[in-house]
Amino acid sequence: MAEEKKPLDWNTAEEKKLELRLGLPGEGEDWSPSPEKGKKFTPLEASLSLGHVSKVPRSNNFTASPATKREAFQQPKQLEFMQLQKAKEKACDGLLQNSSHASRIAATPVVGWPPIRSFRKNLAGAPQLSTESPNESSKAAKKPENERKSLFVKINMDGIPIGRKVDIKAYDSYDKLSLAVDELFQGLMAAQMDPLALGTPKISQEKQVITGLLDGTGEFTLAYEDNEGDRMLVGDVPWDMFVFTAKRLRVLKSSNLSTSSLGAVSRKRSNGS
Amino acid sequence: MARVEETGGDREENKEEETSWWSPEAVEGGRVGEGPSRGSRGGRGGDGGRPDTPPPPPYSDQVLENVLENVLQFLVCRRDRNAASLVCRSWYRAEAQTRRELSVGNCYAVSPARVVRRFRCARALVLKGRPRFADFNLFPLGWGARFSPWLAAMATAYPWLERVCLKRMTVSDSDLAFLARSFPSFRDLTLICCDGFGTAGLAVIAVLCRNLRILDLIENDVEDEEEEVIDWISRFPETTTSLESLSFECVNCPVNFSALEALVARSPSLRRLRVNQNVSLGQLRRLMARAPHLTHLGTGSFRPGIAEDLNVADLEQAFVSSKSLICLSGFREVAPEHLPAILPVCANLVSLNLSYAVITAEQLKPVILKCNNLRTFWVLDTVGDEGLLAVAKACKNLHELRVFPFEATEDSEGSVSDVGLVAISNGCRKLQSILFFCQRMTNSAVVAMSKNCQDLVVFRLCIMGRHRPDHITREPMDEGFGAIVMNCKKLTRLAVSGLLTDKVFKYIATHGKSIRTLSVAFAGDSDLSLKYVLEGCHSLQKLEIRDSPFGDVGLLSGIHHYYNMRFLWMSSCMLTLSGCKEVAQKMPNLVVEVIGDRPKDLDSDTVEKLYLYRSLEGPRDDVPLFVNIL
Repeated sequence: MAEEKKPLDWNTAEEKKLELRLGLPGEGEDWSPSPEKGKKFTPLEASLSLGHVSKVPRSNNFTASPATKREAFQQPKQLEFMQLQKAKEKACDGLLQNSSHASRIAATPVVGWPPIRSFRKNLAGAPQLSTESPNESSKAAKKPENERKSLFVKINMDGIPIGRKVDIKAYDSYDKLSLAVDELFQGLMAAQMDPLALGTPKISQEKQVITGLLDGTGEFTLAYEDNEGDRMLVGDVPWDMFVFTAKRLRVLKSSNLSTSSLGAVSRKRSNGS
Repeated sequence: MARVEETGGDREENKEEETSWWSPEAVEGGRVGEGPSRGSRGGRGGDGGRPDTPPPPPYSDQVLENVLENVLQFLVCRRDRNAASLVCRSWYRAEAQTRRELSVGNCYAVSPARVVRRFRCARALVLKGRPRFADFNLFPLGWGARFSPWLAAMATAYPWLERVCLKRMTVSDSDLAFLARSFPSFRDLTLICCDGFGTAGLAVIAVLCRNLRILDLIENDVEDEEEEVIDWISRFPETTTSLESLSFECVNCPVNFSALEALVARSPSLRRLRVNQNVSLGQLRRLMARAPHLTHLGTGSFRPGIAEDLNVADLEQAFVSSKSLICLSGFREVAPEHLPAILPVCANLVSLNLSYAVITAEQLKPVILKCNNLRTFWVLDTVGDEGLLAVAKACKNLHELRVFPFEATEDSEGSVSDVGLVAISNGCRKLQSILFFCQRMTNSAVVAMSKNCQDLVVFRLCIMGRHRPDHITREPMDEGFGAIVMNCKKLTRLAVSGLLTDKVFKYIATHGKSIRTLSVAFAGDSDLSLKYVLEGCHSLQKLEIRDSPFGDVGLLSGIHHYYNMRFLWMSSCMLTLSGCKEVAQKMPNLVVEVIGDRPKDLDSDTVEKLYLYRSLEGPRDDVPLFVNIL
């Protein structure tokens, strides 16, 4: 799954104001590593902000010898740590109280965390049929589908034998999904082009950026299979509906698109639905 | 003991300069400078015609080696064999000639050619590729660990190969076909967490491996296009098979049930059958009727199919008749009201895997209270602390517990907590291995476990919210994990989580002298943590770290130890290219890989992903574009 990376320099005040986060206002935005500000980067809060990958600024005492380093670390460290702890406590309480709020904000999940293999995910959406006992069985199982936190669907690409899985709930728009798909398969495509380069120097290959996935202009087009088994082009229906109905994704070579395989699309399109 | 005919060619010694400070773990090494090198045996096959082959050993030594081989064949354990091979050249040769099972912990630590050159008569291969973090999408696809080169080497060298076990390797359909064609005696295939193959490969195995005993597919990523799914089950030969174990829970496509039923019916030796979730409860009942002597059963969906009218009594009768069952798994879409059907076998169960069963404590209790002999139990956290309490009450002999999260996200509510952990520690004193996912934990609960369960060998606690402190005292989780390493003297594997400072790593370094595998995520304050661990944990072999503030200073503090390790993984830490290059320069037998998600990521000075491992072969030749070997 592709990570969304944002640049680390949150310089402008506007950006800070617009940054979507949880936690008390005005806390923990300071990215500078200087200890006199007394506040270290607060991983918890930053991890809750949208599109962020937790990164810790370098310590100033990086190259100091171990003995001095330890001294230099301890005092400001402890001070920072106490403040850090308090800040985290507050944020944590806030988090627990607002857990339902948090889920709707949907912080970008960090890749591979929690460390659960993908086939164990999606359990929250597993079908629980009416044969359930009338007594409240698993409270979580009764959650309707669209409150699932993540939804992994298979995605395959023409020409690449190994498919992958993407969490479509991690994105909130077609553009972001398209970007993620591009990132996901670029590395693969690069590997495919030159899989066993024996001793050849790595000359910069022409980067195969995958653009135009959604509008038919690119070499590839993104399609999906819905819950009725129909193959559709991605982008036609509102995003929320897409997330609800998409069961599988596929990146097709645009030249392979045939009117027959996507016949449903042209019909649905013309109906304006 | 049948001796494989020499394939011709001489058995030259491994003359490469081998490092002498390697532990006997890996399949490599040997003494250097022990005296004149010896060539091939006299009187047995040709000597390969190499002009510089020394004369064969004198007759008396030959006899000694023959005797030695007959003795050494009884050595089975790999560590014993490694030790024996270091005694002298004679023992080295004899051991190499008699080793039947090869175990390679890192497929890039040693090349197929080298392995095949040393060990001439192998019958079984265990091969591991990617490290564990690859399971969590941290390795880009196409990174490596392909089975093909190994297969190619073994096809000529070991025509009598019988068993292959692969973990985290990439195996293609054509690899499987080639395997099936190359080894007429092939019997056991076990694939764990592998990828790259589909039903086409399985079909060839089914058709061609006439002596197949074991086909175990465990947690693999089996990819098939919808249209290309092949009915591999029906490809097994029509005659009686020698199948003893068939596991395909991870093969997600529908299965031809009548073919499966017929296959089970003509497999009289079948003792372990684990089907996928497309097998309904009614179908399961029929399979059980065909194979009443099963010991291990993977139950598939455990839900009646559409329009299946299942009589509860019939189902229970099926379990009554399966008197040999000791291990149950599956329950992929369990209809909870049918769960009690397994009651008749509960008292005999040694292993129960309910980790896909979405059930409550109330639904679990009647079953678990009967499972008094259970040693291994996997469950979903939907059973809550109350469910764990029931486990603690009933399963006094529990050795391994895994509690998986129903909702594997950081902000899920989580149904198990410190309460459940304490209950388990009080009830299951013989616990050796635990994997526990939760959202709330306390130091005192972990301390309690450290005191009650002194036999712990594996302690893996995953507090899913990052940097979460003790939810009552608000302190870091240092003291809890500290107690674990202090009190559990047999601990070899540890995974830490929650809010952790440098202190916990000091504890780990001071007391965790037996720890071989350590997993760290979102922990620590500074390089001191990494330094402590690398300097203090003398047995450390596998270290996997992510998202922690460790940089070059920490990395460099391990230079004295990296040759003793299988690998180090560090991602999203604070490493730079120059630091990694320094390690690479100072340690020529270490392969230092910098991995980017895309080729352009490798241009920056920050190192996002570092994977380093010892190797006899130097940089591998199948490096993809997004990997840079320093």
